[in-house]
Amino acid sequence: MLGWLDSNLVTMIDGVAFGVLLFTIALGLSLVFGVMDVLNLAHGALYLGGAYLAVSIVGDGGSSVLVFVLALLAALAVGALAGAGLSLVTRPIAHRGHLDQALLTLGIAFVAADLFSELYGNDVKSVRAPAAFGGSTSILGSTYPTYRLVVIAVGLVLAVGAWYVIERTRVGSLVQASVADAQMVRALGVNTTYLMTGVFAAGAALAAFGGVLGAPILSASPGLDTRVLILGLVVVVIGGLGSVSGALVGALLIGQVEALGVSLVPTYASFLTFGTMALVLLLRPSGILASGRAA
Amino acid sequence: MTRPMTTPSSRGSDMAVDEVVAAGRPSSRGVFLTRHLPIGAAIVLALFAVPFFAPADLANALTRILALALLAVSLDLLVGVSGLPSLGHAAPFGVGAYAAGITAKEVTPFAPVPLLAAVVAGAVLSVLVGLVVVRTKGTYLLMLTLAVAELVHVLAGRWTAVTGGTNGLVGIPAMTLVPGGEPVRLAGIRYWYVLAVALLFFVLLVVVSRSAFGRSLRGIRDNEQRMSSLGYSTFRVKFTVFVIAGAVAGAAGSLYVVQSRFVSPTDLGFEVSALALLAVVIGGRGSLWGAVLGTALVFYLRDEIGPLLGGRGGLLMGAVFIAAVYLLPRGFAGIRVPRRFHRRQEAS
Repeated sequence: MLGWLDSNLVTMIDGVAFGVLLFTIALGLSLVFGVMDVLNLAHGALYLGGAYLAVSIVGDGGSSVLVFVLALLAALAVGALAGAGLSLVTRPIAHRGHLDQALLTLGIAFVAADLFSELYGNDVKSVRAPAAFGGSTSILGSTYPTYRLVVIAVGLVLAVGAWYVIERTRVGSLVQASVADAQMVRALGVNTTYLMTGVFAAGAALAAFGGVLGAPILSASPGLDTRVLILGLVVVVIGGLGSVSGALVGALLIGQVEALGVSLVPTYASFLTFGTMALVLLLRPSGILASGRAA
Repeated sequence: MTRPMTTPSSRGSDMAVDEVVAAGRPSSRGVFLTRHLPIGAAIVLALFAVPFFAPADLANALTRILALALLAVSLDLLVGVSGLPSLGHAAPFGVGAYAAGITAKEVTPFAPVPLLAAVVAGAVLSVLVGLVVVRTKGTYLLMLTLAVAELVHVLAGRWTAVTGGTNGLVGIPAMTLVPGGEPVRLAGIRYWYVLAVALLFFVLLVVVSRSAFGRSLRGIRDNEQRMSSLGYSTFRVKFTVFVIAGAVAGAAGSLYVVQSRFVSPTDLGFEVSALALLAVVIGGRGSLWGAVLGTALVFYLRDEIGPLLGGRGGLLMGAVFIAAVYLLPRGFAGIRVPRRFHRRQEAS
């Protein structure tokens, strides 16, 4: 057992780093889904947009930490604007049901994917981690890329921050209340339009932020948007709607399953991911840590 | 408060009212026979006549569209009639295509055998998926069908021994219309075969949709709670329609293979599911025939207009999605001849 742990330690840390990136996507997806009942299929495009932003600002030469932080801030701003825009365009059709909203965001995702490939081509664009974190660190005798440890640290800060905002502030409790019963919150006199736009903007900003953060690991290429979107959906299904801790647990679980699966049983890796999802659905249909209403 | 409280069911109850009104008209069935049947017969005759005057290329393009139209119509039974939106309907389609291709290759290219294999494969997949997926609704259902279809897509790419992996399944023989007979090489005959089978399944779906079972589907779409308190096992009804739609999607997959004689993981990818859904929405949800028109338009745009735009097909399709949602909420089927015109016609 110890030997197994030892030989797979690096893979497992990889899984944590990947899980952190999934968390940045899943949290926004889950909250938008929980609060507005919108399946935002353009969420993967927001992540990829962030990754391409990193390609433009950071590039694949070594850069300073300052430039990288600048890229992260730019991604937050662009993502928030895009999220507010998305919430604006889905509002007129909010009464028309889930399918129309999903189709609209899907159309937007198609357009975005086309624009990205026009601007950045169809090749994989890689991004170099900031020079200060470019090296590797030794953990229990294995060497490990420092940047991924930084990603894990940032992810933990994000998770704690998000948990604090959702669980310990007034805005957060309004968001939670909206997940449970949006009409009731509206009836209490809260302007849910602002609340929803805010949640959409925050979720989108987080996804774009994740795009920059993940760019040195996952690079940026066409098709990445769909991949992260689908993994994000799996995480939301596993973790439960509109819950920060659910998104975190789900993301870390899928991160492990993906990393260990690819390394130990490459042929069946994707089965493990979806098998985990099916298992969770059968045992706990509303997710491991569901809050609010069941599906 | 910035907007009135509306519930997602408000659209559905509109439709229910429409239907009640339609059923209340004394000549509902009569109108169907006298007005719709001649139009339908004329369209079918025109479709059968295509190979006599059209070049082989056009017949081939129409063959492909017919197969995809059957996929869209089966999806419409789920989305429009039953209110079960699926973002993964390419999965039973693709599994049917693979089953038909492998059967034609390994067992016999005699057309009914691969067709049957495809129907069974589509149904079996839908049974497995439906047991989990049908219990959910709305956004959750969209998400799960998408995830499952993606799994099947990945599987098709990985399971090289059976599917040929990302290179696709090649070497599928041309179909025969008698056991051990001459392979069919004429585009026109292939077209007739596909048209005949597609029509058969289309009629089957129309019959299902107009039957008592179809009415219980609409009832569940519009108000599941009420149906459940009336004593319907809504799960059983939804599960059954999910399997029917999957089986027909499998049949559509086999028709697709008859023409292309090649299957690759792309054929069961997300794009196919999304375009089929777009065809349903453009055509008008719940009308079944609208989905056929929608498919023709969507694939004409993608295959004929898209390439003219120099690789901007994605942009075009995205724009069509957005336009369809905003401008055509009820699709072609929702564009009605003004009522006054109808009344005058009935009076005369």
